[in-house]
Amino acid sequence: MTLDRELLAEIWPLFVRASVTTAWISALSMAIGLVLGLLTALARLSPWRPLRLVARGYVELIRGTPLLVQVYFLYAAAPYYHLTLPPIVSGVTSLSLYVGAYASEILRAGITAVHKGQIEAARSLGMSYWQTLRRVTIPIMAALVTPALTNEFTGVLKWSSILSLITVPELTYRAYQVIAESYAPIEALVLSGLMYWALTDIVAWGGRVVERRVTRHLSP
Amino acid sequence: MTADVPAVKVVGLHKSFGSLEVLRGIDLEVRRGEVLCVIGPSGSGKSTLLRCINFLEEPTRGMVYVNGEPIGFREGPDGSRVRDSAARLNAMRQRIGIVFQAYNLWPHRTALGNVIEALLVVRKLPRERAIEIGRRQLARVGLAEKADQYPSRLSGGQQQRVAIARALAMEPEIMLFDEVTSALDPELVGEVLKVMRQLAADGMTMVVVTHEMGFAREVADRVVFMDGGVIVEEGPPDEVLGNPRHDRTRRFLARVLAKGDDGSSVRG
Repeated sequence: MTLDRELLAEIWPLFVRASVTTAWISALSMAIGLVLGLLTALARLSPWRPLRLVARGYVELIRGTPLLVQVYFLYAAAPYYHLTLPPIVSGVTSLSLYVGAYASEILRAGITAVHKGQIEAARSLGMSYWQTLRRVTIPIMAALVTPALTNEFTGVLKWSSILSLITVPELTYRAYQVIAESYAPIEALVLSGLMYWALTDIVAWGGRVVERRVTRHLSP
Repeated sequence: MTADVPAVKVVGLHKSFGSLEVLRGIDLEVRRGEVLCVIGPSGSGKSTLLRCINFLEEPTRGMVYVNGEPIGFREGPDGSRVRDSAARLNAMRQRIGIVFQAYNLWPHRTALGNVIEALLVVRKLPRERAIEIGRRQLARVGLAEKADQYPSRLSGGQQQRVAIARALAMEPEIMLFDEVTSALDPELVGEVLKVMRQLAADGMTMVVVTHEMGFAREVADRVVFMDGGVIVEEGPPDEVLGNPRHDRTRRFLARVLAKGDDGSSVRG
């Protein structure tokens, strides 16, 4: 098997641009998903039962159905509510909701693992719930959850390929386009695969940098 | 505020955890500048009493007043209890320091970082000012040179002294101590008690839940003996510890002092 170098030379700028799209879609979904996940985790730990149930229902729904179905559903259902979402908005929304549900479980585990006394110490000094969360709970739990969240982020990069089905011009969408136009599946797939791999490595490297930072106090 | 308003006043305090009734009617006053030691067997409710004073535990019934103001609840127009706002509770908590058995330092902050955190976040002081106060408080507990160490690099006794400095930095009017030497290696207990003794000498109002009978005898103005969720006996240390009126107190002291023979509990 030999790769068509001429074709590769022709398509790679397109793939680089598509990688940028994949990267920012994933990063944005991860960022929104983290906020959503944190709120969901807090809701699940709330003393107020209705809030717990809503949060649990959301996690169940997202975890119980395929991402593919969710992405299609939001895109197809929105017009019935007189809501025309551009594919990229619809796609990022779906992906964020998906990340939020999974991240909430990682964050819930992290929050639960923070020593209750460290939170009480903050409250006893007059810090509010949100001040305590921001200054004590999140930084302490960051040391625990960074590896799992990095893993989640590397997953998002590849899950975002599903957005190709609703015509978001990301990496996989472009690959399919090249396949359809030039019938060169190997070149397109190999190139997109390498791009995903590179993006994943960048995220993993970033994760290690963050991890070193948030575990600074643990190293001798 | 007039001098005769008690620093802490506890009225008809009950606390249950599910079906377990831990406090069964506590009435108590702590005068300003007084050092009150609370002793009693484990499970007697003394830590719960302490934690009700700054509302880390919500009383099931009864009220706690700090400097004459109810904490955690307001009195409604019909005399009933109404949950107070979070903002007011946070404001009141700034005036009550507490030190825990498990130190509870924040691992991601240095010793100084722990001490200045609430000054920055709650009191909103400029960083330089907070650091100035923080260094002074660390010096006060003898840890000026450990300011930049993370808690994981400090001994238990040092961590506990940082925890005391952290509470003192907020300039509380009352300090609560919840068995603060119980988790320490015996040879580290003395350095923490020394800091507390100095604090008492400086006139701080202190409520100290402790197993250190020597400390209670020497430093306390008054000793309260609790058992089964009630106050069994209270009075000057000489009386309660030296010549207890109640059988339960006598039995408890006999047990504790017997343990003290191996050096684990009686320490001055």
